[in-house]
Amino acid sequence: MKKTVFLGALTVAGLAAGAAAAGTLDDVKARGKLNCGVTTGLVGFAAPDANGVWEGFDVGVCRAVAAAVLGDATAVEFVPTTGKTRFTALASGEIDMLARNTTWTFSRDTDLKFDFVGVNYYDGQGFMVPKALGVTSAKDLNGATVCIQTGTTTELNLADFFRKNNMEYEPVPIETNAEGQQQYLAGACDTYTTDASGLASTRAAFENPTEHVILPEIISKEPLGPLVRHGDNEWGDIARWTLNALIAAEELGITSANVAELGAAAGGSPEVNRILGTEGNLGEMIGLDAQWAMRAIAAGGNYGELFEKNIGEKTPIGLARGLNAQWTDGGILYTPPFR
Amino acid sequence: MSDTHAKSVAFVRETTIPQSAPPMAASGPVLWMRTNLFATWSNTLLTIAALYVLYLVLTATMPWMLNGVWNTESLRACREVLDGTSGACFSVLTERWNQLLFGFTYPSELYWRPGLAFALLFVAAAPVLFFDLPRKLLFFTAIYPFLAYWLIWGGSVLYPLLALAGVVVGYLVYSKLVARNFAAGFFGGIAAAVAFIWIGGLLIPETASDNAMLEAVPSRDLGGFMLNMMLGVTCVSLSVPIGIALALGRQSDLPIVKMICVVFIEFIRGVPLITLLFVASVMLAYFFPPESTVDLFLRVVIMITMFSSAYIAEVIRGGLAALPKGQYEAGDSLGLDYPQKMRLIVLPQALKISIPGIVNIAVGLFKDTTLVSVISLFDIIGMIRGPILASTDWAGVYWELFMFAGALFFIVCYGISQYSQWLERRLATDHR
Repeated sequence: MKKTVFLGALTVAGLAAGAAAAGTLDDVKARGKLNCGVTTGLVGFAAPDANGVWEGFDVGVCRAVAAAVLGDATAVEFVPTTGKTRFTALASGEIDMLARNTTWTFSRDTDLKFDFVGVNYYDGQGFMVPKALGVTSAKDLNGATVCIQTGTTTELNLADFFRKNNMEYEPVPIETNAEGQQQYLAGACDTYTTDASGLASTRAAFENPTEHVILPEIISKEPLGPLVRHGDNEWGDIARWTLNALIAAEELGITSANVAELGAAAGGSPEVNRILGTEGNLGEMIGLDAQWAMRAIAAGGNYGELFEKNIGEKTPIGLARGLNAQWTDGGILYTPPFR
Repeated sequence: MSDTHAKSVAFVRETTIPQSAPPMAASGPVLWMRTNLFATWSNTLLTIAALYVLYLVLTATMPWMLNGVWNTESLRACREVLDGTSGACFSVLTERWNQLLFGFTYPSELYWRPGLAFALLFVAAAPVLFFDLPRKLLFFTAIYPFLAYWLIWGGSVLYPLLALAGVVVGYLVYSKLVARNFAAGFFGGIAAAVAFIWIGGLLIPETASDNAMLEAVPSRDLGGFMLNMMLGVTCVSLSVPIGIALALGRQSDLPIVKMICVVFIEFIRGVPLITLLFVASVMLAYFFPPESTVDLFLRVVIMITMFSSAYIAEVIRGGLAALPKGQYEAGDSLGLDYPQKMRLIVLPQALKISIPGIVNIAVGLFKDTTLVSVISLFDIIGMIRGPILASTDWAGVYWELFMFAGALFFIVCYGISQYSQWLERRLATDHR
């Protein structure tokens, strides 16, 4: 609690400093670069490649916003942040938006004075077990030893889950994901629990990934999304609707391959026309030009393409769409209409 | 005469026996082993136990090292090559060596610049470290900081030239005034240098760096072991003079100077380095408007320098306290003033006593530079824990990367410690 108050106070101080500046959109345009906060590295979500070029699922969101605002998907200054520095970096104005697999929670949205602009990945806490254990459901884990990172929400979720199901467990406390991986592989615990995407990327790094399974039960809600500072709603709208445009593009069948063709002239679908700016004046309403969404989609593809390229089933991480499928495909991705 | 005893003894040796080699067991490696390894029963047992442990360690690690794979694209490809056998994936080093050494954003076509700066560091450091070398080489040492800054950061050559000119102006003012009064010369020189650089800075156009001979590289693009070296070298070389000043200030008779030094030293020593780094990276951002923050590298250098100078000050205070009072009194009785007494009599002896302590701090400080990875600067540990372990290709490689980092640090730290031992032998004047 004390920490929250402290961070909150910092944020207020940062806002006071930031309020004197002009709108974020004008700042970004004047600078010609979007300062986007990302992680210092998380497999599949954000990491620089051998040539130092950032790539990943969260990086894709940054690039889409840069393309929408500045017309150049490479005009992004990626500011790596740690779990400790991410919020102060955003509050102090060092970065314009934070796309760093951050869970949308009540206190972060209200007390820390940020605005989450949407959810780009619905995550949740899962369990990984060796196949040899013969367990197929988390409900079979009664009496298991569990590797668990201390001091995280996952620890509390785990206790809740086992109590709710009247089961016993023995926790093996670990400090970092790397340690968890080693302990789990060494057989110090029967199962390892953390966010499902983290489990998948951890498993992808194993020598024999096929010998381990991730159980189907997800025991917590971890909606991860990009966020901006409270109080600059115009900028928040741009980030929110750029993300929505990527999701809607997948639903409507706009891909990086056909976006140029569809955007060249008004076609048969009115909503596609409105998104791509061949009809109506959505771009003007949001303070950008008509082609903003077209450029955002062309930057790295629509939501589905970003997913497949960075964390999807064809990559070593191999995450299934699951909850992150379109509402039409049984998921919960559902954008408000572009109208 | 000679016949007298001719029959009394059977044999008389008339020549000396030629020298023969000592027996096998009393010379060479056998003797060495008998005296050092197998002298007593317990000694023998310990030797055998130690050899067995060594054998275990080597049989566990050598196949892994020798079977290492050096030329694959990713961890999966490496494991395919190994095909289930035990072996190291050193290919992460061959593929990402540039990121480990220079960080991931430093332009790869410019690697020669920090490389050259590193090579010149030895030239610049040589006359300082080995004082038997010709004193004229110190000229290069004096311009090295400006040259290295220009090589690593690039941009307009005017800025380092201006800084160099400012230092020259400050020195000229100092040498003009010092004849009258040391303090006047010292502070006059600093004031003149600052004023000169400030006025000169206004004259350099904003666009000076746009078409510079060396392309400008912003601080946030620095990384890898280069960042550790830069932080280590800069902070150690800055904190030794500051530490000397603080140590002298703490012993000063002037109450305000003394109080400032004591408060500074005690405060800095009472605060963990990581706290200072967080202040540098996070808190200071709140005190500046968003667009005009002081460069993060500079902030970190200031914090680490403050930290290590407080420690070095205490080491040097120990050296000053160890000098007999007679040395101070000798200076006074010769009629020397305070700066002369310190410069000519006290400090040369006090610093000599302090060498092991200073080197100790320098080695510790150099290793502490890896703490900057916590504030998302990509030094070599930051590179390993962040971008490399988080890349889809290399997630899951630990030993190879951390062994490499450890080897680099060991080379540097061992070099420093060997130098300090040489220096102590060289300066040993008391056992003649």
